[in-house]
Amino acid sequence: MSRAVGDLVRELAPRVLGLLVRRHGRFDMCEDAVQEALLAAGAQWPRDGVPDNPWGWLVAVASHKVVDAFRAEAARTRREAAVAAMEPVEAPLVPDADDTLSLLLLCCHPELTEPSQVALTLRAVGGLTTAQIARAFLVPEATMGQRITRAKAKIRQAGFGGAGGPERVRAVLHVLYLIFNEGHTASSGTALHNVELSAEAIRVTRLAHHLLPADGEVAGLMALMLLTDARRRARTRPDGSLVPLAEQDRSSWDREQIAEGTLLIERTMATAALGPFQVQAAIAALHAEAPSTAATDWAQIAVLYGILERLAPGPVVTLNRAVAVAEASGPAAGLRLLASVAAELGGHHRFAAVRGHLLEMAGDTESAREAYRTAARLTLSLPERLHLESRAARLGLGDGAGAG
Amino acid sequence: MKFLLIMHMNPAVWDGLTEAERKAVMAGHEGFITEVTESGELLGTQALGDPSTSAVVRVRDGVPVVTDGPYAEVKEYLGGFYHIDVDSRERALELAAKIPDAAVDGLGVEVRPVMFAAGPDL
Repeated sequence: MSRAVGDLVRELAPRVLGLLVRRHGRFDMCEDAVQEALLAAGAQWPRDGVPDNPWGWLVAVASHKVVDAFRAEAARTRREAAVAAMEPVEAPLVPDADDTLSLLLLCCHPELTEPSQVALTLRAVGGLTTAQIARAFLVPEATMGQRITRAKAKIRQAGFGGAGGPERVRAVLHVLYLIFNEGHTASSGTALHNVELSAEAIRVTRLAHHLLPADGEVAGLMALMLLTDARRRARTRPDGSLVPLAEQDRSSWDREQIAEGTLLIERTMATAALGPFQVQAAIAALHAEAPSTAATDWAQIAVLYGILERLAPGPVVTLNRAVAVAEASGPAAGLRLLASVAAELGGHHRFAAVRGHLLEMAGDTESAREAYRTAARLTLSLPERLHLESRAARLGLGDGAGAG
Repeated sequence: MKFLLIMHMNPAVWDGLTEAERKAVMAGHEGFITEVTESGELLGTQALGDPSTSAVVRVRDGVPVVTDGPYAEVKEYLGGFYHIDVDSRERALELAAKIPDAAVDGLGVEVRPVMFAAGPDL
């Protein structure tokens, strides 16, 4: 499929599926039909040209497939009466923005596990094929196909699952953030034709922001993604190794994305009710505007982490605040704060890594080295392990050399 | 999150089971495979040959030296594994408990996370 056709098809996918589900119910069956229609478009359009009304073309093809599927099912279950009820009614051929929103809420159904919510959102709203999603998550296509089938069956049993209240929107944002992080943290060595999950997450979040412009947290997440993604080129070396924030070449940060994210978060925080994604975006904006780590407004970042701690308390937030406090007020203050979460996070690699960093700042080389080594053993990320091992090695060999 | 559910085999324990017990374990694996396949969590599974059929390769001064037999002489060795992709560590532990070997006296299933080639923000 050519890139232009692929982009067009994926953009239209949720609006086609949304209409079909509104007409026929039966999300599971409609979703299969739309996938088939998308594949047909991918095969025909590059060859025969894009139809004048591509959305209408997809709706027509997918509708036929839905009716066929209903017939086949009715033949199996001898419920002929059901078919008549399912014949497509002539609904107005206009896409409805609310359809897409309903789809998003449905894909992030509270009955589904997170991996299922992620897979279903990428397929039904993102318009990706099962094979593309499977490749992006490094799992066999059969596994991903089964996960999607199971998720759809679960939705069929559970129904829409109550009203689409604010907590359902929060669930959608959580899923979009998971997709973004999966893409953002992927190594640079991924195959060329792999879908870029972070770009996909930004695209769908932009869609959600368009549908819910007054929701401050949707805007906050959008800004956070833009500001984080702006650093993408600077955060890995060509060999895949990680470059920490302090050592990144800030001239390679994407200034256009930073400007868009910064403007969005400034406007949002001036008008909307405050929420955790907005605060995280504001922190990312402060990093983005700083010319160096030393010239970063750490005091302000520490204040923002304090606000985040009240909005969404958790030991990981405190851990991040400890870094900012150490930069703003010295390592001793940071280490004191860190000690307050030792009971909860003591066995976590991030705790050990931050502790190593703060001990290094404090000049306690021996303890810092041990903390880095502990963190290297605990992390599940290979590039991070290499990074932590080199931080430890930079501090000299010490007595424990060769022991781990 | 991806995990390896590792079955450690102990021939002394296995040989001590009755034939009915051994069959029950094998049948239990079939049911387990069906369950994790249908849930979309199974990435792969293999059972391994007896370590007496292994060979160990060591390259010394650029020359490969092949020694027949296992890497280490131990009572328990890697007998097979399930590679799974699940929601959480809790789910991995829950699945491990469903593997029939886990219920055999003297055996246990090891749950170990798989590392990934991606890096977080530093």
